[in-house]
Amino acid sequence: MQRMVQTEDLIFEYAKRDEEGNVIGSYRAIDQVNLKIEEGQFIAVLGHNGSGKSTLAKHLNAILVPTEGTVWVDGRNTSDGKELWNVRQTAGMVFQNPDNQIIGTVVEEDVGFGPENLGVPTDDIWKRVEESLRAVGMLSYRHHSPNKLSGGQKQRVAIAGVIAMRPKCIVLDEPTAMLDPNGRKEVLRTVEELRKQEKVTVILITHYMEEVIDADRVFVMDHGHVVMEGTPREIFSQVDRLKEYRLDVPQVTILADELRKRGLDIPAGILRKEELVEAICQLK
Amino acid sequence: MIRDITIGQYYPAKSVLHRLDPRVKLVATVLYLISLFMFKNITGYFAATVFLLTLIRISKVPLKYILRGMKPIIMLLMITLLFNLFLIKEGEVLVSVWILSITEGGLRNAVLMGVRLIYLITGSSLMTFTTTPNELTDGIESLLKPLGRIHVPVHEIAMMMSIALRFIPILLEETDKIMKAQIARGADLESGNILQKAKSMIPILVPLFVSAFRRANDLAMAMEARCYRGGEGRTKMKPLRYTGADRAAYVIVLLYVTGVILIGRYVPFRIWIF
Amino acid sequence: MSIKIEHLNYIYSRGTAYEKQALKDICLEIPHGEFVGIIGHTGSGKSTLIQHLNGLIKATEGTILYNGEDIYGEYYNMKELRSQVGLVFQYPEHQLFEVDVLSDVCFGPKNQGLSKEECEQRAREALKLVGLKEKYYQSSPFELSGGQKRRAAIAGVLAMRPKVLILDEPTAGLDPKGRDEILDQIAYLHKNTDMTVILVSHSMEDIAKYADRIIVMNQGQVMYNGTPKEVFAHYKELEAVGLAAPQVTYIMHELAERGLDVELFATTVAEAADSIMEVVGND
Repeated sequence: MQRMVQTEDLIFEYAKRDEEGNVIGSYRAIDQVNLKIEEGQFIAVLGHNGSGKSTLAKHLNAILVPTEGTVWVDGRNTSDGKELWNVRQTAGMVFQNPDNQIIGTVVEEDVGFGPENLGVPTDDIWKRVEESLRAVGMLSYRHHSPNKLSGGQKQRVAIAGVIAMRPKCIVLDEPTAMLDPNGRKEVLRTVEELRKQEKVTVILITHYMEEVIDADRVFVMDHGHVVMEGTPREIFSQVDRLKEYRLDVPQVTILADELRKRGLDIPAGILRKEELVEAICQLK
Repeated sequence: MIRDITIGQYYPAKSVLHRLDPRVKLVATVLYLISLFMFKNITGYFAATVFLLTLIRISKVPLKYILRGMKPIIMLLMITLLFNLFLIKEGEVLVSVWILSITEGGLRNAVLMGVRLIYLITGSSLMTFTTTPNELTDGIESLLKPLGRIHVPVHEIAMMMSIALRFIPILLEETDKIMKAQIARGADLESGNILQKAKSMIPILVPLFVSAFRRANDLAMAMEARCYRGGEGRTKMKPLRYTGADRAAYVIVLLYVTGVILIGRYVPFRIWIF
Repeated sequence: MSIKIEHLNYIYSRGTAYEKQALKDICLEIPHGEFVGIIGHTGSGKSTLIQHLNGLIKATEGTILYNGEDIYGEYYNMKELRSQVGLVFQYPEHQLFEVDVLSDVCFGPKNQGLSKEECEQRAREALKLVGLKEKYYQSSPFELSGGQKRRAAIAGVLAMRPKVLILDEPTAGLDPKGRDEILDQIAYLHKNTDMTVILVSHSMEDIAKYADRIIVMNQGQVMYNGTPKEVFAHYKELEAVGLAAPQVTYIMHELAERGLDVELFATTVAEAADSIMEVVGND
């Protein structure tokens, strides 16, 4: 299998400047991160605000390049200036704020923005726009103004804008942080569909634990380090440790954990309510 | 409310005007604006009224919606009117109170200038109502292309305009929100003299600027992430191609402009002082 | 300090094509000192409703009585109302503008016409209440982290010493720890002052944990108004309008369906755990 993303001893430092703009020090946002992500996987990166997860995400699209170490996306070194546009086309990126990433004033024009930049011929752009909008279920809104859409719909348009560039990998940087519960569900359902149909690698950066239970692999970040790595079940079975990293777990998992602490024989790392109900009924 | 400003906004509808090539609409708007200042007789105004109303009808943009867009410029309009009304001394004096007097010429000029301004704004906003900012950008870019040869960054200018237009409603909404938040903290935005009023805008302007910069930053990043690298090598989703309708529109506009100037100049017709 | 809302109606952009009734015949009473949660999805009218409470939006029809006085009365002092009913908007950090945190928090009291010393004293007190450390008082508000900015902004409203504190999604965009910290701080405030707190939120889990009473808004109307237990008993109806009860509510109902005699109306993890232990714990 081809490796989609690999980082080797990735370090990224922000320069701290005084009021005149002179560098007075540096802040290490990412410290020695080594990741391996295989093609077609669904990866979740968890971490609290300021843990370095968004900085990491920006490396996968060469918006940021490592201070030290290397990032490869689909075999291309992101520090190599000649590969810049190939890297960005390979790893599409969806950002947090739905308003600040839509460039077009009509839905379909926004989706066409990426292909236009890639120099795709006109007829082909139309085909891609149509396909992408259909894939996110927004085709009937193609002539609408993005300003009139709900937050969840805007994010779906942003996702369509990325798929229209035919990336092999989509990086979603907290796509649901500014949405209400319905918008959040809407976006996650869309991502889920995409994973199944387009077979793209999905890297979801989030601090909502409920969103990662279907992931193939979860990375937890804290202070620029990857501090936990494993399947959702492995991660979720360590409730106390997650709390240390300023994260929390779904109510079901907390309840299961609480019951186990009070002496009930319930397996660790319960993710879904059905599992818990089953486990409790087994005790009866 | 600040959100009522509709100038520069796109109004989605399916009309002949919406489908026209943006270059036609741009050229037509410029010609139309020039023509408004090329005649003096009231007959010209009749012709312009008929033309404008017909266009509005064809555009399928509700008249009410267009008129609502006038609200923010009412102040400007009133000032212009008052200046014309009192400062132009021509012909018979109609009313005279204290040191102020209104003459026939003043009234005539004030009314005609007002009509002209309203037509000017209606005409140009009709263009933005029927043209998406992206089309507008494409149109400007294409029309200004010759300037590229003398190193004018035509594509960049066009892109900036289009982004500005997209963010106008977002920033207006944001202004509304910030104003409310500061009023909730007891800010007094209405009373006081000009100096105090200007000072009371600081709590609104600072957050607004901060937010605009944050958005600009985010947007630049989002554009780069989607491989934007300037105009070179870029293809178009909606390339501009003239069709029969566009050619016909050019002819109609040229006919109108010649017609309105001729009528407005050489067909005298007077009602009262006009 | 009670708030009484009678037959409130609000219609947006009246007489235009965009006319929309945002609030329909709202009747509510919020007694002094209560912790009220308001839930509803985007567009349900909850944000519009709370902006009526301090007079930022004027109702199309209906009356609002604050302490028995009609706020739409001819001589009613709206400015006084706004200093008694503090409103913290969504993403309140977007309103910060001063050169340092302390001056920003002073903005409210300054508008109330207090002396410089008094403003500063109130600002310090408010900053302490939200748990922002003193070393940040002189920093620019734009240099703080997201959670700290949020606290500073909430302090900006608290410094006016409101009798009623309304918060519109105070935890939006914060991480779980930041969210818990802010909510715990609010709960602490409510317990240790006699403030009425009105909390607007999307999260059923949060509201269930903190509120004495829950008001559910749907399509501009009050759908339910009662204790968390009463409201979440309607979990099926809530689901039908795109809201949901806390996860534990579902678990308890499913357990009951499987024949376990658990407390159906448990809404927090602790309650649920107690009840489950009672049923299966001592075997």
